[in-house]
Amino acid sequence: MTAEEVESLAREFLAAHDPGGDRLEFLRARFDAGLAWVHFPAGLGGLGVHRELQQVVERVLAGTPQLDTGVQGIGLGMAAPTILAFGTEEQKKRFLRPLWTGEEIWCQLFSEPGAGSDLATLATRAVRDGDEWVVDGQKVWTSGAHHSRWAILVARTDAEVPKHRGLTYFVCDMHAPGVDVRPLRQITGEAEFNEVFLTGVRLGDDLRLGEVGDGWRVAQMTLMNERVAIGGAPVRRGGGMAGVVAETWRSRPELRTHDLHRRLLRLWVEAEVTRLAGARLREQLAAGQPGPEGSGMKLSFASLNQALSGLDVELRGEEGLEYDDWSFRRSDSVDFFGRGAGYRYLRAKGNSIEGGTSEILRNIVAERVLGLPSEPRVDKDVPWKDLPR
Amino acid sequence: MTLLYTEVEEELRASVRDLLADRCGPDAVLARIESAAPYDMELWKTLSRDIGVAGLLVPEALGGAGATAREVAVVLEELGRAVAPVPFLTSAVLATKALLEIGEEDLIQELASGEATAALVVPLAASPYRSLPEGVTVGADGTLSGQVRAVAGADVADVLLVPVGPGALYQVEAGDARIEVVPSLDLTRPVATVTFDGAPGEVLGHFERGKVLAFGAGLLASEQLGVAQWCLDTTLAYIRERHQFARPIGSFQSIKHRMADLWLDVVRARAAARNAADLLAEPGGDSPELAVAVAKAWCSEVALHVAEESVQLHGGIGMTWEHPVHLYLKRAKAGQIALGSPGAHRDAVAELADLPAPA
Ligand SMILES: Cc1cc2nc3c(=O)[nH]c(=O)nc-3n(C[C@H](O)[C@H](O)[C@H](O)COP(=O)(O)OP(=O)(O)OC[C@H]3O[C@@H](n4cnc5c(N)ncnc54)[C@H](O)[C@@H]3O)c2cc1C
Repeated sequence: MTAEEVESLAREFLAAHDPGGDRLEFLRARFDAGLAWVHFPAGLGGLGVHRELQQVVERVLAGTPQLDTGVQGIGLGMAAPTILAFGTEEQKKRFLRPLWTGEEIWCQLFSEPGAGSDLATLATRAVRDGDEWVVDGQKVWTSGAHHSRWAILVARTDAEVPKHRGLTYFVCDMHAPGVDVRPLRQITGEAEFNEVFLTGVRLGDDLRLGEVGDGWRVAQMTLMNERVAIGGAPVRRGGGMAGVVAETWRSRPELRTHDLHRRLLRLWVEAEVTRLAGARLREQLAAGQPGPEGSGMKLSFASLNQALSGLDVELRGEEGLEYDDWSFRRSDSVDFFGRGAGYRYLRAKGNSIEGGTSEILRNIVAERVLGLPSEPRVDKDVPWKDLPR
Repeated sequence: MTLLYTEVEEELRASVRDLLADRCGPDAVLARIESAAPYDMELWKTLSRDIGVAGLLVPEALGGAGATAREVAVVLEELGRAVAPVPFLTSAVLATKALLEIGEEDLIQELASGEATAALVVPLAASPYRSLPEGVTVGADGTLSGQVRAVAGADVADVLLVPVGPGALYQVEAGDARIEVVPSLDLTRPVATVTFDGAPGEVLGHFERGKVLAFGAGLLASEQLGVAQWCLDTTLAYIRERHQFARPIGSFQSIKHRMADLWLDVVRARAAARNAADLLAEPGGDSPELAVAVAKAWCSEVALHVAEESVQLHGGIGMTWEHPVHLYLKRAKAGQIALGSPGAHRDAVAELADLPAPA
């Protein structure tokens, strides 16, 4: 299918559906027309065409009801590509449509108190009981669990084998009995993430994604997509956090000093070359799947966001000493660029931790992109139950 | 527009790379820099005649290839990767671009075929954003007098192109000037002091010097990318091989993390250099000024940083004359200064991106 054909499909769709009518009806119809994510297969919200052609659709449908990426981020960026790659036909049919329209929100039950960077060491157990699995354990740092219908979950199904081999990947029903979500207050004051206790949670075997024991491989698909989802989005020139700071700079000449100017210019240039590298990477990946190169983009995104948002607070002087709102409440959505300068500065600190810390991403770049040898390891061939914890 | 390389560009790269691998390996370059002829004019002739690099920017009607800044950038990447001592940047980019701006149609044909080589008589450190000091003046008899320091490629030029006053460009036969090569920081692109003492010259026309220098700066970013890429590749190979403490030194995390950061810098340098080349190639497209300033500011610092890290990670051997990494360090340090320092280009960004300096 050519760009022209995709464009005329989108135009026909727009002619037949009123974007001013019911938002959800419009999005559902858009999904059914294959205009949700064009690189997905027909019948699953796509047309089975090149990922790049999505831009054609977005141009035609600009100004129509849009997704809420602040709450749907985990579903769209991580759960969907994983379900597409490893799900059964029934699972794809069941989950992808409401995921895309935002009728069902997703969260990610990966990290645990004892397993963060070393995710494969996780301890949450899933034990088979007939056609069901019984899950027990504790997850932590679970963003958006408080408004989620479903979760992607990795659990241990075999403790006798080395840690990477005993994992299985599930879709967890967040409404199932035994799922307990408790907010965790963050340095910003609000609670975007939670701790999630799983006690005797029963999940049908039809909620398993991929083979038993193959959870690590399935999780890799999620993590690779996560790193592109954080920091991989297209930005316009001078946009993103650089745009936010530049706006302060332009509108407040009385705040300018030579030192701040020099630092701002350096960061602006770095933001621009990072933006260009992202655009180049997207050109490269247009057809295929994100590879380890995506980890690089997330690294730069994190350090730039932190430096720029820090400069913004410093630049504001007196105003930088104030903060918009410390009250402890559950966040509605995630917005790195929203609220006040102080919030943005503090929220950016999470960018080098969430989705793989910057240290871990450097390891990944060094080993998978540059082919450097790994450090000697003591945990590879030892059964999980015998590892020191 | 694309930030990737086209098939044609990859073919051009392959033929330049093959020739350089054959004729311009590190040992050959090391031997040459201490000889009487630091520039390799035999190699330059082959590059010009067999691959046609000298005429890339020249229209086909004038005997050139009618190519664009994009192809020139690819050649520069390869020349940087080999620190090849040939006058491509000085003759086929800067001098040729000046002639194109003026609309000159004779000399440019000689340059395109590689029969003649020219140099623009400006200090290599000249910034596109500043007017030059009054180096050369025209006497009452129409002859040229004055001195210009740190000119690259002058000693191998047949023809000198001399900017005079605000925008005039004169042509002077090299034999009518005194050209003294001085010991230079960059061993593979030595500079000379050029002195005119009543030299006969012919005015070719008027041109915008800043525009030509900015064109050169935007493309120099691609040469710097090539320098950085060589340093990165060479260092990677070394740290995989070299063992200390019974492990390859490349397995130590403090080294791996530095390499990851360098790689990321080079990835971004490639995007910036491609973007500048692409916009310089498209007259009437998005204005290239900002892309040039961003690319030169970033690639200058990346090339230098990767070269410096490369010396460090080679240990003692990195400090020796025998190992070629110093050639790259010297090229990178000189390149940082050439055609506008990173700071000069960031000042331009301030203007172009509307980030004004404090009053
Ligand atoms: C805002 C935010 C949102 C999050 N949302 C979610 C979510 O929705 N779902 C979810 O599952 N998780 C989520 N996380 C968790 C996140 O993925 C983990 O915090 C992260 O992987 C790090 O794990 P950890 O916190 O256990 O730190 P640790 O792994 O204990 O790391 C502590 C420090 O040690 C360093 N370190 C660890 N191992 C190495 C090594 N091999 N080499 C060098 N340094 C090392 C780390 O880089 C870090 O600096 C979120 C985190 C944040 C901050």
